[in-house]
Amino acid sequence: MSGGGAHDRGDSKATFQQLAVRRQQLSNSSSSTDLYLRYTSGGKMSGSFRRLISGRNTAVLLASLGAGTMATGVLLNENGSLAAEAKKKLYPPSSDFPDLRKHNNCMAAALSPAVYAKLRDKLTPNNWTLDQCIQTGVDNPGHPFIKTVGCVAGDEESYEVFAELFDPVIKDRHNGYDPRTMTHPTDLDASKIKNGMFDENYVLSSRVRTGRSIRGLSLPPACSRAERREVERVVVTALAGLKGDLAGRYYSLGDMTEKEQQQLIDDHFLFDKPVSPLLTCAFMARDWPDARGIWHNNEKTFLIWVNEEDHTRVISMEKGGNMKRVFERFCSGLKQVEHLIQERGWEFMWNERLGYILTCPSNLGTGLRAGVHVRLPKLSKDPRFNKILDNLRLQKRGTGGVDTAATGDTFDLSNLDRLGKSEVELVQLVVNGVNYLIDCEKKLEKGQDIQIPAPLVQFKK
Amino acid sequence: MPFGNTHNQAKLKFSSEQEYPDLSKHNNHMAKVLTPAIYERLRSKETPSGFTLDDVIQTGVDNPGHPFIMTVGCVAGDEETYEVFKELLDPVIEARHGGYKPTDKHKTDLNSGNLKGGDDLDPDYVLSSRVRTGRSIRGFCLPPHCSRGERRAVEKLSVEALASLSGDLKGKYYALKNMTDAEQQQLIDDHFLFDKPVSPLLLASGMARDWPDGRGIWHNDNKTFLVWVNEEDHLRVISMQKGGNMKEVFDRFCTGLTKIETLFKERGHAFMWNEHLGYVLTCPSNLGTGLRAGVHVKLPNMSKNAKFEEVLTKLRLQKRGTGGVDTAAVGGVFDISNADRIGFSEVELVQMVVDGVKLLVEMEKRLEKGQSIDDLMPAQK
Repeated sequence: MSGGGAHDRGDSKATFQQLAVRRQQLSNSSSSTDLYLRYTSGGKMSGSFRRLISGRNTAVLLASLGAGTMATGVLLNENGSLAAEAKKKLYPPSSDFPDLRKHNNCMAAALSPAVYAKLRDKLTPNNWTLDQCIQTGVDNPGHPFIKTVGCVAGDEESYEVFAELFDPVIKDRHNGYDPRTMTHPTDLDASKIKNGMFDENYVLSSRVRTGRSIRGLSLPPACSRAERREVERVVVTALAGLKGDLAGRYYSLGDMTEKEQQQLIDDHFLFDKPVSPLLTCAFMARDWPDARGIWHNNEKTFLIWVNEEDHTRVISMEKGGNMKRVFERFCSGLKQVEHLIQERGWEFMWNERLGYILTCPSNLGTGLRAGVHVRLPKLSKDPRFNKILDNLRLQKRGTGGVDTAATGDTFDLSNLDRLGKSEVELVQLVVNGVNYLIDCEKKLEKGQDIQIPAPLVQFKK
Repeated sequence: MPFGNTHNQAKLKFSSEQEYPDLSKHNNHMAKVLTPAIYERLRSKETPSGFTLDDVIQTGVDNPGHPFIMTVGCVAGDEETYEVFKELLDPVIEARHGGYKPTDKHKTDLNSGNLKGGDDLDPDYVLSSRVRTGRSIRGFCLPPHCSRGERRAVEKLSVEALASLSGDLKGKYYALKNMTDAEQQQLIDDHFLFDKPVSPLLLASGMARDWPDGRGIWHNDNKTFLVWVNEEDHLRVISMQKGGNMKEVFDRFCTGLTKIETLFKERGHAFMWNEHLGYVLTCPSNLGTGLRAGVHVKLPNMSKNAKFEEVLTKLRLQKRGTGGVDTAAVGGVFDISNADRIGFSEVELVQMVVDGVKLLVEMEKRLEKGQSIDDLMPAQK
């Protein structure tokens, strides 16, 4: 394990060690000893290559490369790591600083040359670098109207090691939330939700989604094939333990039959290889479709995506307006899955500064998007519609999801916020907001006037 | 990724079996060669700049290939890749390049005076002639692996060297990120402009990172000599003109290349080259000469003839559409070029194209008149 650059904040590193030991004790896999031995011994450069580039062979090699290549002379020294050191001198951070003049994303706004210089040579314990975090933001300058995030985490420690970049990005994206001074509340007690049953003349379907990452394994941008397969194994093993209304089945993307594939498409469950450059430039689509899959319960109300943009995406959904029941199943399912992985010595990535740790900073905190498909034919044509949504802290999307347009007067409405408010608070916010909008719609039907509600408070500072 | 020792060390905590890619549905050269045993032996290695086996093969893992078209499925991140991972790359090279062995030597011959004929291809049939190759600058990582700093250094060196060209080779550099709309339109009209790669074969290897930083196009005022900077290779060098005077195209090609090489050497930089692999480029398919000499030629009758493919194979030629690789022919006009890259010198390859195209045009003329071409059938070259 590389010692370079990682601050030892909080429990992450100690917990990982403890978990690793516990896993060895619990694991019945014969490869666990191998795992430990390889991990501590580290890799070695090929013996013959090391001989080639050391000692008196160096002169011969340098000569064959051509005189005057001083750069190469500096590089080809004792061993590979010196080559890397020399390279850092030859290319100071200023030579590598990306050209962000045409960029409009959170990363570009936060990444000054000074911050880049400070962070460029740091490594997380999984040897993930700043350049790898920001590659997607460099490759995708963004849109004048839509400010994307522009950076991803490769592992849990990224948010620590590269905090000088991620903290301002988080602040920018999450309305001023300051990870250095604030704490994020987690609350999965669905019984607290009030008035969570919508008028089904308007609400067609209700859905809550979030993501969860398995502590100790790298995230989709950074994970090796073995790590990704390990995520799949851990999650699928746990899900096999679900019973009752949550009992279900896993469909591996690479192995599913044509018939299974068609059924999953018809159910609107199937996800496909990402095409968005925001994701592909973040290295998330490597080795597709290896270790990717979809699990869902027999009743088709609880669904888990494995190894798409996050280790897991967890979705609870139903036709109709019973958001309370959707959220109850969501919380119950999540808690059961968490319990099942803990039995085997695993945990979710979580800390009290950032809540649940996910690949994209936009999904930190709760990672929660609670939403409905709702018909608002009159209200949606009212010029005050967008302002009402803003004040209710709701976001509208088309019924195809993010970056789609609405068809007719049916909208996907969901919470804007993810971090700084708990799950219960956000779902209640959606419940209150949607009920208010339905009320407006009914008023407009009767020819009555409506009011723009007062803007909601962001979070307690 | 640059600056060595990135993710490889951490991955070694898993066993080789756990990391080995699923290649069961794959049809590319890498997938045919990479056994679990080879993977196990090579996975702990990295080049001095930190390029790993998984970096080499990522594009081949992500792109299973096509039942009919055998892609290469691996790339080099630096010159040392071909050494450190030779257990994988030697067999890939052998398979791709018609049996070229690890012990074979490749000859380089850029003396265009050695070409016989080539100045008289019939311009009624041969619409344009073109020769291209690539060059890599020793000491810098290749496009899949280079940092922004390295890519910019390659650009700076190249622009300085090219700025010293004079006479009919005097020209101008257009950086992709700085060009005006007018310049861009002109380059498109001239068929010079290259754009961000869209092919998943290229994207999956990391070559399009940081686009368009450090990329650009240089061409001479006469628009007959063109250099691409930092696209799929450090440099792609192209000599082209309308009509059938391949000799003139090749003369300019050799003169230009030799001048550029001298200019680089004056600045302390050599091209990547060795006597086994010839010129070292990003994709193993472009080793040796990296040379593709071709013409756009009208062969409406010949192309419908049952023997067309056989003739091409015998002549060691390859056909493409006029949009380049992976395009279809339009209006009976084909791009005909050499199929080989290594094991033959530049002169030998251009000679094959010149002789082969001459024969194809003759056959076309016979077929136009309704005559037989049987007596013209060539022997296998």
